[in-house]
Amino acid sequence: MDQQNHTRRSFYIRATNLLGGLIGAALALPAAAYLLVKPKSQDTGEFIEVGDVNQLLVGKPEEVVYHRTRVDGWKKIDEKATTWVVRTNDKTVIALAPACTHLGCAYHWEDETQTFLCPCHTSVFGADGTVISGPAPRPLDRYVTKVAGNRLLISSKFVETV
Amino acid sequence: MLKSVLAWLEDRTGLVSGIQHFLDEDIPASAGWHQVFGSVALFAFLTQLLSGILLAVNYAPTPSEAWESLRFIVTQATAGSIIRSLHHWGASAMIVVVVLHLVQVFLWGAYKKPREVTWMVGVVLLLLTLAFGLSGYLLAWDNRAYWGTMVTTQITALAPGGKILLTLLGTDGSAIGRQTFARFYAAHVTLLPIITGLLIVFHVYLVRKHGVAPAPEDEALPKKKFFPEQIFKDTMATFLWFAAVALMVALVKVPLGHVADPTDIGYTPRPEWYFLFLFQFLKVFPGPLEVVGAVILPGVAVASLMAAPFLDRGKVARVRQRTGAIALVALSGIGWTALTARAIQTTPAMIEDDGLAEVMTWQQIPASQLAGVAAFRQEKCSMCHAIGAPSEGSAPVGPDLARQVSSRPVDWLRDHIHQPDPESPVSTLKPVQVSSLIQLVTKRNEKGLDAWRTAPEDAVEGATVYMANQCGSCHTLNEEGGKRGPELNGLRQRRERAWVVGHFLDPKKFSTKSTMPAYKLPPQEADRLTTYIMSIPR
Repeated sequence: MDQQNHTRRSFYIRATNLLGGLIGAALALPAAAYLLVKPKSQDTGEFIEVGDVNQLLVGKPEEVVYHRTRVDGWKKIDEKATTWVVRTNDKTVIALAPACTHLGCAYHWEDETQTFLCPCHTSVFGADGTVISGPAPRPLDRYVTKVAGNRLLISSKFVETV
Repeated sequence: MLKSVLAWLEDRTGLVSGIQHFLDEDIPASAGWHQVFGSVALFAFLTQLLSGILLAVNYAPTPSEAWESLRFIVTQATAGSIIRSLHHWGASAMIVVVVLHLVQVFLWGAYKKPREVTWMVGVVLLLLTLAFGLSGYLLAWDNRAYWGTMVTTQITALAPGGKILLTLLGTDGSAIGRQTFARFYAAHVTLLPIITGLLIVFHVYLVRKHGVAPAPEDEALPKKKFFPEQIFKDTMATFLWFAAVALMVALVKVPLGHVADPTDIGYTPRPEWYFLFLFQFLKVFPGPLEVVGAVILPGVAVASLMAAPFLDRGKVARVRQRTGAIALVALSGIGWTALTARAIQTTPAMIEDDGLAEVMTWQQIPASQLAGVAAFRQEKCSMCHAIGAPSEGSAPVGPDLARQVSSRPVDWLRDHIHQPDPESPVSTLKPVQVSSLIQLVTKRNEKGLDAWRTAPEDAVEGATVYMANQCGSCHTLNEEGGKRGPELNGLRQRRERAWVVGHFLDPKKFSTKSTMPAYKLPPQEADRLTTYIMSIPR
């Protein structure tokens, strides 16, 4: 009798744990996927015209303000955006993302020192975006660029750094 | 290791013995499967809390973005449609289990002294559950949500102090706007969860204070413990409830209609299934008596439910001897079923537009241009004209028509279509087809260009029939045509196919006031035309 009672008790306990575990897993898995797996992206990385390459002087960065359409969560928005475009030599033009690679502050060009300076933690970058000093862990991010005639186009995607 | 952590936790918080004490609750010998519903209802509430919080992290609670953000959840967020379905079907299933809980307690007479307050709190919790359903209904902000809530607010206006209640809901009764939306949202995600959570704690406390209600024969028998037998039964019931919800999530798609459109006169609003009986009940009370059905009788019903412990003061009896209670439950069940069935019967068969369905370009351009596509294909114009992307091999003779909209004079185009070159054969197109083709090459936009390439054969042929019978001289379709007859966009939401086909042959038979002449179309043409018109969304 006692033996039988004991088996029954342990069956109840095990079954309760099993069923509870199944419910918990069935809830936790979609919840985790929902929160932790990126939604399908709608960013096509289209090119947008940002200016005229012939207006740029070699080694002199220009801050360009342009309009772009971007998918922000569930909404397609038109917004103003900026980029620093630099003609590094006669043939090459690069476009730098406006956020410091340290903690995302907006940096600016210092004419006197011919460097980019981030006001937050004094990261200093060269005109081509390489780190000169300060806490920045990597060079400034570059947008993928394309030149058609004299028109400069940039994509929303970054150049993969090697 | 685990033991010493538990010992530390016990010493500092007393949690371990607290849980032990909770699990070792004495329950009457008769306790069993009939008492599982309360636990399931509690679990249902917690599931709704979880899925609701998950929805909230991707939801924009304002009329201008709510629908879009929900569409994002359903179509783009990983597992988003599962979470939304879980919240939707979980809500329905929660109402089912809360009602089952109430019915069980009622049948067994478990509301009797000293459990009157436990019962009344339970009735309030049922009302709160319904309030969750009502307020959440608006938040999808599709047509269902909009029109359903419109009706709810109108009923509110009938209640005593209705004007003040409407002000509380942020509307004057004429429309549902930002304020009403914000208030429903606030109620749904802040006020109701907090009140419900607190009352559940109070309800469970009262259950513990008085113990699970015993049956009359329990007094002579030794008590049982909640753990592990009853907790197993509760978990098993919870599991079955959850499996049913999971099955619904897997099998039945929760629709998201078109974004709320206050001008959509073709929409027939219906409440959620659990309110259908009330909706049907209202129809019994015409005109000035409406307040009786909408406010007074439901009010009396809720009040008597609350007062049940004071109306029924007899001694606790076995459930089989409670014939009065059984009869009452059976009658309510029959009444509810009959009203709900009648409401479903009288709901017009409506094809609800799927707000997520992609609208094709050919469904958005005027029929004249689409008929032009048919003419272009029939006349094999593509032998000389490319529409973008020229074919391999020999270069086409004529210009690529995708490059720009033709600016040639109409007369030139007519002659050119008739016979493009002295060497080429004379066109067999009818005049109406020629004008359609001219419409296409001179008026088309980017959508028209895409439709030119992609429109399916039955669609362009349907448009040809539409033009040949000059439907557009009285009806507007995709913003082109006359105003004498009703607009044809969204006809599929208003009429069934058989109605439309029959109406061509004999309009007066279907609507006595119709001034439309009969069109004795050959069956094949009537079929094509109907398919075409009924494929055009609002």
